[in-house]
This record gives sequence, C-alpha cells and structure tokens, in this order.
Amino acid sequence: MASEMAHGAEAGGLETAMTHGSHEEPHASSRTYIAIALVLGVLTALEVMVFYVEALSPVLVPILLVLSTAKFVLVVGFFMHLKYDTHILRGLFFGPLAIAVAIIVAMMALYGYFL
Amino acid sequence: MERTSTGVPNEKMLMWAFIGSECMLFGSLIATYLAYRGRSIVGPYEEELLNIPFITVTTFVLLMSSLMMVLALSAVQRGDPRGSKLFLLLTALLGLVFLAGQVFEFNHFAHEGLGLGRNLFSGTFFLTTGFHGAHVTVGVIWLLTLWAMAMRGRLGPEKSLKVEVAGLYWHFVDVVWIVLFTVIYLMSGASGA
Repeated sequence: MASEMAHGAEAGGLETAMTHGSHEEPHASSRTYIAIALVLGVLTALEVMVFYVEALSPVLVPILLVLSTAKFVLVVGFFMHLKYDTHILRGLFFGPLAIAVAIIVAMMALYGYFL
Repeated sequence: MERTSTGVPNEKMLMWAFIGSECMLFGSLIATYLAYRGRSIVGPYEEELLNIPFITVTTFVLLMSSLMMVLALSAVQRGDPRGSKLFLLLTALLGLVFLAGQVFEFNHFAHEGLGLGRNLFSGTFFLTTGFHGAHVTVGVIWLLTLWAMAMRGRLGPEKSLKVEVAGLYWHFVDVVWIVLFTVIYLMSGASGA
C-alpha cells in the first residue's frame, strides 16, 4: 500500500492538474500537497506544545489564533484550490466567512469577553 | 465540460455557495459555545474531561485525510484508476477513524456523567461537535460512493468534477475541525477561560 501511495504521489509530482471551466490556472503538484500536509502536521504539533507550556499561558489565545489561521489558509488556499480559483468563488467563501466572524465577535462582546 | 456565464461549473459554484452558508452555521454554533464557555454551574466541567493528546491524534488523522483527498483528485484527473481507488478509500477510512474517535469521546463523557442536557458546556459541546460529526458521516458516505464508482471503472477523468466537488466538501469539514480543535480544546487552557 505504501509503495502504491508513493507511486501515486510521484506520478503527479512533476505535472500540474488543470482546473475545470474556463479559468485554466494550474493547481499545485502532489509534492506540494504532501509538503503542505507536513506543514499542517507541524503547526498542529506547535499548537499542542504551546498549550502545555505554562509560561505561554497569558498569550496562549493570540498564538493559537495565528497558528490555526495559518492552517485554515493553507487548506482553503491549496487543498480547496481557492488560491487558483476565480474571484467569484473567493467572494462566495470570504463574504459569509466575514459574517460568521462578525457573529462570533459580536456574541463575545455581548457576553463581556472584551471587558 | 458545460459552458456557464461565469466560467465556473454550476456544481462547483453550488458547492461554494453551500460552503458559504455552512460558514455561517458553524460560526453561530462556535459563537454560542464561546458565549456559554466557563458558565456551567454544575459539573463535570470541560477542563476535567477534554483529553488533548487523544484529540490531537484524531485531528492529525483528519488532516491526513485531506491530503489523501487531494491526491485522489489528482489521480482521477490524470486518469490513474489505481491511485483513484486507493486514495478515495484511504480518505474514507481516515474519516471513519476520526468518527470512531468521536464516538469513543462521547461515550467517555457520558460515562463521566456528562449527558446532553447536563450543563451549558455539554449542550454547546455536543451540539457543535455533533454537527461536525454528522458532516463527516455524510462525507464518508459520499466518498465511499465515489470509491464504488471507481471500483466499477466509472470514475474517469471526465468525471473529475464529481471528485473535486466532494473534495471541496471534505476539505471544508477539515477546516471546520481546525477551528473547533483550537477553540474548544486548546483554548480551554487559556487563563480566565
């Protein structure tokens, strides 16, 4: 199974897949995807490490927000190909996402989190 | 490939619109969880129950399933049936492992006395993670359907849009978990939380 996985990954390693429709931007290669997955793993390990370091407790939330935002951007940009897609799709995603973030911030403000 | 006025296939456009609506759904659930965090007046409390090492492993499993998903899409696009079958199956299996972890966690919480209506933490925790788990379950069924199509030789490069759309859904489920893992599990260690 491992050799099949390596074969599959290598086969796509030097090529670039094309997106659908008329927006013919190239996607990342399989090697890029594997590298991104490794970075995601490292960022997750960092998050957990930070959680256990007592000295970082006062700045835990900002550090975690930065790390999880980095993971979020990597998955959305590369795995979901939004980096290569049209601005219409970006608008369809980031518009509602901005509303969701506003809802969260508003609720936290209402419940006195920023006091 | 169908012609559309935007140049984006309709299925893909629909999936992104759906994902946008899902952002607001999960945004509301996360907002509710945060609003009630630390306000339970009866135990068991979150800091007594949340098992960070265990959930880190299941988080890693879900992240790797996203990698398998993009490799599956690449395999389908280049007309590699062996790779398509393998990576689709691995994605679904990793999703099942994640779900098994969630079932184990919910059972453990129930044994510790944390029922759905026990306190504010249990209500918001089970609702938010349960909704996510339901999404993962739908994703696994979708992936297994695609895998069955691949096994019958009905998933060639001309059908790659089907895999791309399923992949968008699967990666979104992963993205939601990235946020939930941070907000529910890791931020439970924040001072004053």
